[in-house]
Amino acid sequence: MGLREAIDSGKFIVTSEVGPPKGTDIHHVLEDAELVRGRVDGINVTDIQASAMRLGSMVTCHLLREAGFNPIFQMTCRDRNRLALQSDLLSASVLGITDVLCLTGDYTTLGDHPQAKPVFDLDSVSLLRAAKGLTEGRDMAGNELQGAPPFTLGAVVNPGAEPLEPQIIKLEQKVEAGAQFIQTQAVYDVPAFERFVKAASHINVPILVGIVLLKSAGMAKYMNRSVAGVFVPDPLIQEMSDAEDRVAASVNIAARLIKELGPMARGAHIMPIGWDKHVPKVLDAAEL
Amino acid sequence: MIASEIKPTDEILSHMDGETSIFILGCAGCPEGCDTGGEEQLARFEEELEAAGKTVVGRASVDFLCNKSLVALRLMRHLGEVAQADALLVVSCGVGVQATAAVIDKMVHPALNSVYLGGFQGLWRGSERCAECGECLLDYTGGICPITACTKSLLHGSCGGSDKGKCEIDPDIDCGWTRIYERLKAIGRLDILKRLPPERDYQKMIPSAELRQKSIYALEREV
Repeated sequence: MGLREAIDSGKFIVTSEVGPPKGTDIHHVLEDAELVRGRVDGINVTDIQASAMRLGSMVTCHLLREAGFNPIFQMTCRDRNRLALQSDLLSASVLGITDVLCLTGDYTTLGDHPQAKPVFDLDSVSLLRAAKGLTEGRDMAGNELQGAPPFTLGAVVNPGAEPLEPQIIKLEQKVEAGAQFIQTQAVYDVPAFERFVKAASHINVPILVGIVLLKSAGMAKYMNRSVAGVFVPDPLIQEMSDAEDRVAASVNIAARLIKELGPMARGAHIMPIGWDKHVPKVLDAAEL
Repeated sequence: MIASEIKPTDEILSHMDGETSIFILGCAGCPEGCDTGGEEQLARFEEELEAAGKTVVGRASVDFLCNKSLVALRLMRHLGEVAQADALLVVSCGVGVQATAAVIDKMVHPALNSVYLGGFQGLWRGSERCAECGECLLDYTGGICPITACTKSLLHGSCGGSDKGKCEIDPDIDCGWTRIYERLKAIGRLDILKRLPPERDYQKMIPSAELRQKSIYALEREV
């Protein structure tokens, strides 16, 4: 159980993503997970995504695990200092959660509680280092642990970042700090991903290419305008705006991207952004 | 004023790999008040650098290193020496080190750790900021402060929200880490990024009772 097995098997890895609800009604999360049961190697659970307050990642991971799924616990540095981050990592481990994705996190002012104090005691690199230290049986202060968590640690990178070189340098730091798998930001631009893969060819951990379902031409334009490092080429926007059946076009585009980008990566990380129910169609169309 | 402490000599030297000629630039403002600057300290730094096998190509003191135009003006008198130097050792708070980096295309090494604001910050308006970390990181970043220039005060490079050199929270703000990257690239020192400390020690932000005493005393003596 867990991503480790998938990584070691050498197979094409597929992960998907769910976002905890704003509130206590979790039935949608479990229903969405059910749609991909047996078809993905892990389900990411976002951590107060976009800085908008909601149900926690750890408890959602726990519920998914109890239901027989393999959750990937996303953890950001925005909300917790090093004591809380390390403590939550230990707590997650005790609940059987072994896959952790370490992120810096969006800034507080981007969300629905802009008054919140941003923490950022650690950043993604130092969080990875701290988490790796825990797996080796010691905390950040060098104290010995009674029982060490067996984590498989992950990190993210944005292949479309401009400039790219500092992102590659940071990726090197993440791998050095303990990252064992990488998931990327959404990619729509095949030549840009080729450039990234070339620049990251010395990175010796599996990279899963990020696939975000394109729901409309408007969403594509919004991403081009507002999402850092994400570029949707015009032909794809055209394809969406010409489509009579938006879902079919979206599924078609996602599957095509997986087929084009997949061979350059070790797997794909699918982010449905609310269109969870269409993920099985994407997997079918991509023959996964 | 910004109260400061002298960095251990070994730490200063550890950042000077491959650099043999050093120009020492001191601030005749706050550091004098905390006994971390002044002519006597500049002479001591020169002695220590020479003892470690470096050549000190020159030495200068500027009244307020936080004033960029004043720094540029005063350094004009030492252009020949500065041109010979591989790097500058800057005996000032983080603002002074950054102001120097902003006017000189050379590596700048902070000689001091800025600890806290004992009153007010410098005397001159400028774009540089110092967060008085108690552990100055400007050696790792080419003289641009990652703590104040990055909204998230990250230590290891820009976050995923950085876009074409702009900050995630406000497209009018430059991404501090992109600035650091471009600066280090321009002076051919991207290698330093790999040496960044793993995390911050916030304990160092707390000034010792002795220092608090000393700088308040110094301030009162001056005014």
